[in-house]
Amino acid sequence: MHDLTLAKIAQGLAKGEFSSRELTQHFLERIEKYDSRFNSFITVTGERALTRADAADTQRAAGQAGILSGVPLAYKDIFCTEDIRTSCGSKMLDNFKAPYNATVVEKLELAGTVNLGKTNMDEFAMGSSNETSFYGPVRNPWNTDLVPGGSSGGSAAAVAAGLAPAALGTDTGGSIRQPAAFCGITGLKPTYGRVSRYGMIAYASSLDQGGPMARSAEDCALLLNAMAGHDPRDSTSVSRAVPDYTQSLDAPLKGLKIGLPREYFGDGLDEGVERAVREAIAVYESLGASVIDVSLPHTQHAVPAYYVIAPAEASSNLSRYDGVRFGHRCDDPQDLMDLYKRSRAEAFGEEVKRRILIGTHTLSEGFFDAYYKKAQQVRRLIRQDFLDAFEKVDVLMGPAAPTTAFALGNKADPVQMYLQDIYTIAINLAGIPGISVPAGFHEGSPVGLQILGPHFGEAHLLNVAHQYQQATDWHTRQPDLP
Amino acid sequence: MQWETVIGLEVHVQLATQSKIFSGASTAYGAEPNTQACAVDLGLPGVLPVLNENAVAMAVRFGLAIDAEIPEISVFDRKNYFYPDLPKGYQTSQMGQPIVGAGEVEITLEDSSTHTVRIHHAHLEEDAGKSVHENFHSQTGIDLNRAGTPLLEIVSEPDMRSPKEASAYVRALHTLVTYLGISDGNMNEGSMRCDVNVSVRPKGQESFGTRAEVKNVNSFRFIERAIEVEVERQIDLLEDGGTVVQETRLFDPDRDETRSMRTKEEANDYRYFPCPDLLPLMLDQAYVDHQRTLLPELPAEKRQRFKEVLGLSSYDAAVLTATRAMAEYFEQVHTRCSDAKLAANWVQGELSGRLNKENLDITQSPVSAEQLGDLLLRLKDDTINGKAAKQVFAELWSRTFETADEVIEAKGLKQVTDTAAIEAVVDQVIADNPIQVTQYKDAEPDKRGKMIGFFVGQAMKASKGTANPQQVNQLLKQKLDALL
Repeated sequence: MHDLTLAKIAQGLAKGEFSSRELTQHFLERIEKYDSRFNSFITVTGERALTRADAADTQRAAGQAGILSGVPLAYKDIFCTEDIRTSCGSKMLDNFKAPYNATVVEKLELAGTVNLGKTNMDEFAMGSSNETSFYGPVRNPWNTDLVPGGSSGGSAAAVAAGLAPAALGTDTGGSIRQPAAFCGITGLKPTYGRVSRYGMIAYASSLDQGGPMARSAEDCALLLNAMAGHDPRDSTSVSRAVPDYTQSLDAPLKGLKIGLPREYFGDGLDEGVERAVREAIAVYESLGASVIDVSLPHTQHAVPAYYVIAPAEASSNLSRYDGVRFGHRCDDPQDLMDLYKRSRAEAFGEEVKRRILIGTHTLSEGFFDAYYKKAQQVRRLIRQDFLDAFEKVDVLMGPAAPTTAFALGNKADPVQMYLQDIYTIAINLAGIPGISVPAGFHEGSPVGLQILGPHFGEAHLLNVAHQYQQATDWHTRQPDLP
Repeated sequence: MQWETVIGLEVHVQLATQSKIFSGASTAYGAEPNTQACAVDLGLPGVLPVLNENAVAMAVRFGLAIDAEIPEISVFDRKNYFYPDLPKGYQTSQMGQPIVGAGEVEITLEDSSTHTVRIHHAHLEEDAGKSVHENFHSQTGIDLNRAGTPLLEIVSEPDMRSPKEASAYVRALHTLVTYLGISDGNMNEGSMRCDVNVSVRPKGQESFGTRAEVKNVNSFRFIERAIEVEVERQIDLLEDGGTVVQETRLFDPDRDETRSMRTKEEANDYRYFPCPDLLPLMLDQAYVDHQRTLLPELPAEKRQRFKEVLGLSSYDAAVLTATRAMAEYFEQVHTRCSDAKLAANWVQGELSGRLNKENLDITQSPVSAEQLGDLLLRLKDDTINGKAAKQVFAELWSRTFETADEVIEAKGLKQVTDTAAIEAVVDQVIADNPIQVTQYKDAEPDKRGKMIGFFVGQAMKASKGTANPQQVNQLLKQKLDALL
């Protein structure tokens, strides 16, 4: 059952081929059996999951099941889940249980899904390798010497290893797409505002967006159907009708105009990755698409602009972790300052501290204009690059990451790590949607093809990705687990 | 040397919304600690703010009332600092693009002179919680009920030159916000809190002196006193050859002094930046126009109408419009009795006197405006005389009767206007007091006017106060003069 897509699982449940309990039991057993190798879960909610599964089976017997009823899922541990620990990968929240569900959790629960547990992640979503987690690094199911990517590395690894049919991730600078690429699964970052951020612990509020990570574009469409929509509790969520994302999956691609941004095929791109991506594009040409060379001239400024804006917002967003009301508090504080300093020093990891420091500095009096304001101006230019490109083409394609998964401990220099997100970060700055789909392997590691579309163009993106998956079978490959 | 004082104020007005500015929690005052703080107010991970539309409407109405520009776009910023009663580690406020632009407020001093105080801007922000130091044995308790309560911070230009002007300004704001119904204006519960910027300069000098900010001055009385002692301190300092440092000071009413809280060097760098959780607030002209239609009659307009339409004096108009509650009470009394002057006299005289004596607000008056209006109607139509009216008022005050008519009936206070009945009383009084009648006859004609008072008194007493005094007076004069 673990090699089935969500769509097939939904069919199987509908036809009575298996029950939700059997399915849930199966995944829980696999987690039990294999996850010590990958460390993809922080919390497994077995009993609760089985109770939910039984409820879904009862509902189905009563003829009241929806398409996702009884389907097991996992949540990145950044989504608040009522009465289940939400750690955000940090010692700071090791003891935190939210008294509420994130809006997307609420919606998916309402749709009848079964929560298997909470997946590992880089601490507060800050990282591209899943090595900054307080709960230890996650290992790539294709090769446990390698990282799964980050920050949604636990979700990506769990889906790749068949420990969950699908999982939710969040993407602030590539945190869904890069781990999806490294683990050989499909991951969609929706348009900013398409999915509610309520109950999703904030890293950089103007960039964060939750999205599905699954075995196929079709699975992502099924999940996005349940996740998307305006939320009165999130002022930045957009009030715009949600289409049925599965409806347009089968539209033919004849006449599709694909733009290849020349900046995404330059220095630093691994040859093997480039080869796989170009082969994928050739498949599209065989499906009737045409390829046009385009330019996104401000691409080189995306990483620097991101590392001003995201840490600035993070420095403020993470101020609430002060040891006063919840989360970690140091022992025997001498006074208020001591309480603040030690609680935060003890419970935040190095990368989180680094970004708080950067953000605090760039927002300081006398530096604001040179950093934050300038970065926002750059952000507008980057957005304009994409708007201009989408005047000429329907979608943009390129690699999701410059390399395939790298070895644990390989990127000790933070700047080297930051450059991992060179092809994904601009997309968050522009607010547009992007999807990473498996496009072959290089030296045994999966390669991700990234497809980008204009704001709210998810339906078309999913269609384009699905057609590729109809023509290829990369997305069906799974690592051999002995 | 002659010194001139320069004062500017930042007044925080708590808006009278039902729920908080960014959450659905109640804003009611006085609940058990931390019972009115929801996940958003507590700053729990993952929660997001949603702007309260009512707070926006109230801020816009204030802006319109001070003739300010309402910008099409305003922006919420985060003001970052750590404090235990600031749950998120930042206060959501407005820094660069506030909701209300420049406007002006007219103030009236005791000598009836008026001045204009320019308003620099007013912005929306959330209140912090409270640190509670009592009952925690050298620890501090945090009550977050107040966290997230909407505040409108009204920032004036440095246009005031005396403590009296400053307190008149705060009074004018108080009147305005209570008229607008956007705040309960309850100073005791912290619904209006002032930070006062004070500096002094040699008279005639154009540039401002270095200012000190005196924090948290929360009553009309303390505003004047805080400024007085701070001005004294600054002048003493300068005359001794010292310099004023820019700093934040706290007024201590018990010790009658201000003392330093933090200097400029110690000041926080608040690292303001636009709040990414809240989109810029867009207010189109139609919205602003609609809010304008919701404005009540403002104090200045009301004063004008009381003078021009109701014929009241400037003084009466000013007193009766001091608060919206006072004006509404007066207007109801007037509607009932249709005599503005009479209503004005009674509201300011008998009623206000009694309220002051018992330390009550007009909204707590035991005598309703309807009751008083009906009473005055009886006075006006000569059913009772003035003396009886006061008696009726006293009975209504002690709530022994529901209406003036009931009191009049039960106490037999109806004025006797029947000429025959009064004549009988008058005749009796003349017959009973022969000595006084003789004295009257023998007196110089210009003294007789005064002497007639004795007979009037006797006649009123004989009628148990119910005789019409004018009629009694007239008849006595006729009859006594006939004896001459």
